[in-house]
Amino acid sequence: MPADNILLAASGIRKHFGGLAALSDVSITVRRGEIFGLIGPNGAGKTTLFNVLTGLAVPDAGTLIFDGHRIEGLKPHAVAGHGIARTFQNIRLFGSMTALENVMVGRHLRSHTGVLGAAFRTRAAVAEERAITRRAQELLDYCGLAARAGNLARDLPYGDQRRLEIARALATDPKLLALDEPAAGMNATETVALTALLKRIRSDGITLLLIEHDMKLVMALSNSVAVLDYGEKIAEGAPESVRRDPRVIEAYLGGDFA
Amino acid sequence: MNLDALFTDRRWRWITWGAVALLLLALPFITEAVLGRSWVRIIAVALLFVMLALGLNIVVGFAGLLDLGYIAFFAVGAYSYALLASPQFAVHWPFMVLLPLGAAIAAVFGILLGAPTLRLRGDYLAIVTLGFGEIIRVFLNNLNRPVNITNGPQGITLIDPLQIGGFSLAQSHTFAGLTFSPVHNYYFVFLVCAVLSIALSLRLQNSRIGRAWVAIRDDELAASAMGINTRNVKLLAFAMGATFGGVAGGLFASFQGFISPESFQLIDSIMVLCMVVLGGMGNVAGVALGAVLLTALPEALRYIGPLQQRWFGGVIVDPADLRMLLFGLALVLMMLLRPEGLWPARRRPVAAIPAG
Repeated sequence: MPADNILLAASGIRKHFGGLAALSDVSITVRRGEIFGLIGPNGAGKTTLFNVLTGLAVPDAGTLIFDGHRIEGLKPHAVAGHGIARTFQNIRLFGSMTALENVMVGRHLRSHTGVLGAAFRTRAAVAEERAITRRAQELLDYCGLAARAGNLARDLPYGDQRRLEIARALATDPKLLALDEPAAGMNATETVALTALLKRIRSDGITLLLIEHDMKLVMALSNSVAVLDYGEKIAEGAPESVRRDPRVIEAYLGGDFA
Repeated sequence: MNLDALFTDRRWRWITWGAVALLLLALPFITEAVLGRSWVRIIAVALLFVMLALGLNIVVGFAGLLDLGYIAFFAVGAYSYALLASPQFAVHWPFMVLLPLGAAIAAVFGILLGAPTLRLRGDYLAIVTLGFGEIIRVFLNNLNRPVNITNGPQGITLIDPLQIGGFSLAQSHTFAGLTFSPVHNYYFVFLVCAVLSIALSLRLQNSRIGRAWVAIRDDELAASAMGINTRNVKLLAFAMGATFGGVAGGLFASFQGFISPESFQLIDSIMVLCMVVLGGMGNVAGVALGAVLLTALPEALRYIGPLQQRWFGGVIVDPADLRMLLFGLALVLMMLLRPEGLWPARRRPVAAIPAG
């Protein structure tokens, strides 16, 4: 496997909260253009790994190499600058803003207008603002939210809020999109639409890292899967082989079934 | 009633704005004729408070950072102007130099307050900013020994009036049959500043920077994950808010001709915060409205004393006490009836249903 094919290499990641080992010595490798599924029982450390990856938590040990850069311990905005965008398990939209404005915030990173540009409405500022609006509208459309542009984020139905988080994350022009349980709470129809959206994002060249409890969804979508249990990685590989791994079955169904 | 429609509806917008402009231009003359000159002074001060409240609105309303020491920036602006344009140090720098200088000094103080409080939010931030406001006031009160800088509690007197070009605002001028007394002159300068503050606030609000502020207010963690450098954006909010306060402070010093630490107390910070909250946190028009109403209301309540005399033949309750009582009552009532402010930031958008 050529090295430049690897987008993200996490190795030896450790994170303790007091005496609790949330992550011990976790390593994963995400290749460009794939959907990488991260699964495991509740409390296995999946979200902690996401937080470490996106700069919201600093690892106690280990290295993160993303697209040739060391990113462990960087501030979240710097990580986003390198090209990692994420969504949250418990949706975290900007509630008082419209759907369109939420996505426009995502363009912050890729635009430059400052106080003076805004105050004097310079030609560059006006052009940039127009470009931001246009891109945000495109992304709403891409995620099937065009009709919701003017609605406040907090007024949107649940499924739309999940998709709006994806649109907002895409606005940062990510190389890696990390989704924390995107299908949680969705009904069957919404999940089908989400699956189609995620496939489309992958085919547009964005790598996806996916935490998900819906096994059917993960197994159907992912090119590779890693399984966490009690902060340790117990399996990694193609979905079919991971599914048959006795340690995975034990973690999910309990020791008696192993 | 939808107040916003008056300003957004295509047909109404021009009529509304034309009427507002005419009213503002004629206001000092109408006021003087109807209520007397003291009220011209009050509406001029109200315009200063519009600037102050809009500055605080950037910090509290847009960025969601509760600042209880905001009056400190007003003080910094006022003292910057007073020290460099008065007999205190026998220097008399021109207004056009002192205005940007005062703004810059206040902005630096904004960053000085912001930097150590970046990790704080809500109650904790409120307490630290409250302390900051008091520190500034105590410093101003005590920087007369061993070297006399601020002249302590006596304050600074004989501050230069504004002079723009060869035009002194301290003298009466006659144009086209209308006499502009000094207070009229100041009214128009303050009006220009207030209008510029409103325009700047609106432009910032609808910009990349304004969206970043609101994003931080709504969810700081999500904002940082979306690539917003929360440290810089927060410091920018503090600095911008302080700049508004600093400019207003300089104008205030020149208008009054006298300032002392007593003008910059906690109650004044709270008053400006009340203007923001009551007017409608985050909504520029609402905040301006709140500033005007809360400046005028206590003044209007001064008439309670004479009214008591007329109705009851004597003063039954001390007018100053009654004034605060009624003022408090008005605040409580307004909060009960319109908890989001008189003119809230944004109503729920209503889906347009095409007619026919």
